[in-house]
Amino acid sequence: MDEALQDLSKYVQSGLESEILSSTVSLGELAITVRAEHIGRVLTFLRDDQNCLFKVLIDIAGVDYPERPKRFEVVYNLLSIKHNHRIRVKISTDEATPVPSAVTVFNAANWFEREAWDMYGIMFAGHPDLRRILTDYGFEGHPLRKDFPLTGHVELRYDDEQKRVVYAPVRLTQDFRRFDFLSPWEGATYVLPGDEKASGKA
Amino acid sequence: MSQEVRIANYNINFGPQHPAAHGVLRLVLELDGEIVERADPHIGLLHRGTEKLIEYKTYLQALPYFDRLDYCSMLCMEHAYVLAIEKLMGLDVPPRGKVLRVLWSELTRVLNHLLNITTQALDCGAVTPALWGFEEREILMTYYERVSGARMHAAYFRPGGVHQDMTPDLADDIMKYCDRLPKILNDIESLLTGNRIYRQRNVDIGKISVEDALDRGFSGVMLRGSGVPWDLRKSQPYDGYETYDFDVPVGKNGDCFDRYLCRIEEMHQSLRIMKQCLERMPGGEVCSVDRKASPPRRGEMKGSMESLIHHFKLYTEGFKVPAGETYTAIEAPKGEFGVYLVSDGSNKPYRCKIRSPGYVSLQATDFMSKGHMLADIAAIIGSLDIVFGEIDR
Repeated sequence: MDEALQDLSKYVQSGLESEILSSTVSLGELAITVRAEHIGRVLTFLRDDQNCLFKVLIDIAGVDYPERPKRFEVVYNLLSIKHNHRIRVKISTDEATPVPSAVTVFNAANWFEREAWDMYGIMFAGHPDLRRILTDYGFEGHPLRKDFPLTGHVELRYDDEQKRVVYAPVRLTQDFRRFDFLSPWEGATYVLPGDEKASGKA
Repeated sequence: MSQEVRIANYNINFGPQHPAAHGVLRLVLELDGEIVERADPHIGLLHRGTEKLIEYKTYLQALPYFDRLDYCSMLCMEHAYVLAIEKLMGLDVPPRGKVLRVLWSELTRVLNHLLNITTQALDCGAVTPALWGFEEREILMTYYERVSGARMHAAYFRPGGVHQDMTPDLADDIMKYCDRLPKILNDIESLLTGNRIYRQRNVDIGKISVEDALDRGFSGVMLRGSGVPWDLRKSQPYDGYETYDFDVPVGKNGDCFDRYLCRIEEMHQSLRIMKQCLERMPGGEVCSVDRKASPPRRGEMKGSMESLIHHFKLYTEGFKVPAGETYTAIEAPKGEFGVYLVSDGSNKPYRCKIRSPGYVSLQATDFMSKGHMLADIAAIIGSLDIVFGEIDR
């Protein structure tokens, strides 16, 4: 299985020499990283080439890494029914740069891209209908970003005077509890209480 | 001399509260007379932010959310998640755990298809199958309760195996049930398969060709109904599916009726697999004995200090999963259900993207219903086999 993937990896690398940035095989899965602006060409190649035939777009997932200069990763999972292979294509982008839409290559991309826009605020250029999909009408913000709080910003309740549901800022009776499970013996990144005495003036 | 009257297209809202919408689907339909010109599904009314919540829970705490995704095939959802964790951790499952998982996955498949077939029949006007099918579902749910303590949201599959062993009399009862259900299925079929009304409502409705099905990202019965023999249990087997003897039913025309036939036959095949599971059921542990990943038994914990520590650590801090990422998919009753799990080496998932088959199927509603009559919408939605828990997440 791994050998077949290595062969496929080599083949894809030779076919997409100028577009591909890196390629890895880990846990029996092949993943390639490409430049965002070439995604259309890469997907078309993977779909149509006789040795690839990745005809099914399984999924598009957004991932948020706030510490990176290009914070978002867009991950395309493809499946080849003919050759029984999977491949993962990754691109990086930031909040301001739109990614070319994959709808022209796969019709299945439509809702996946709408979801990525809704959840992360990743923009897709050339998408026919880039509306929010999962959140409420009139929702503000992109909930799956790492800097979006778990509780959200607004809460919904029924107002008896106005006889309708209204939004109000979230009020919590207790702060959200986040436990620190990092063991101090296994490389905690913060300064342990008392350790500050060791350095500096002593 | 009659005046020329210009009739504008109708816009109607189908749902969010409609019995044939199978949950909270708001479908904005543009009609020309009774012909559907455009269907725009508005989803998200059941959005609970599962993916966000999972990022704030330990791996084990996140598991019960999977039951609540597709609440008609609970254990299959869990199956994909535990397989993804096991892949990242390199965790082995003992043979008995594997067979138990296959058994309960297949039982869940029967549970799901019974619901789908009977409600699809209900959408087309046949009430009796629903009454018969729900009686059988009730029995299956008592089995769920007997093995896990919960009728629906079992949280039974755990990383490394399953939570509890099954009692021998439950195994006997399931064996008896496997002999009993085919008769019920034949009864249901005798009401539907040859029924003229049911055929008129389903044959040649919602037809989809192989190319379109692939382009739209279909999987599972939606793809097999169009004639593609693709089943992850055969092509990318997990938990020892390659050692079982079963067939994959394939449709011919890709219409609602073929998908119905595929589902009926899949139930018979699932019963076959369940029987094989019960016959070969090996002894031994049901869950991994790697105490850094799976907690010790209750009894052990009472006598051993080390077990108590392991138990405490696993239920508070949880286990750590090595950094890495995987996309792991299983053949859920509705199609390919996958989990894209990214770990940063901590005790919580960094990202868990859930790929649900219903999301993809529902996306094609517009494509499949164009040019059909308004009444066909109910049949098409019924045969898509959608459940909003997994679509809205």
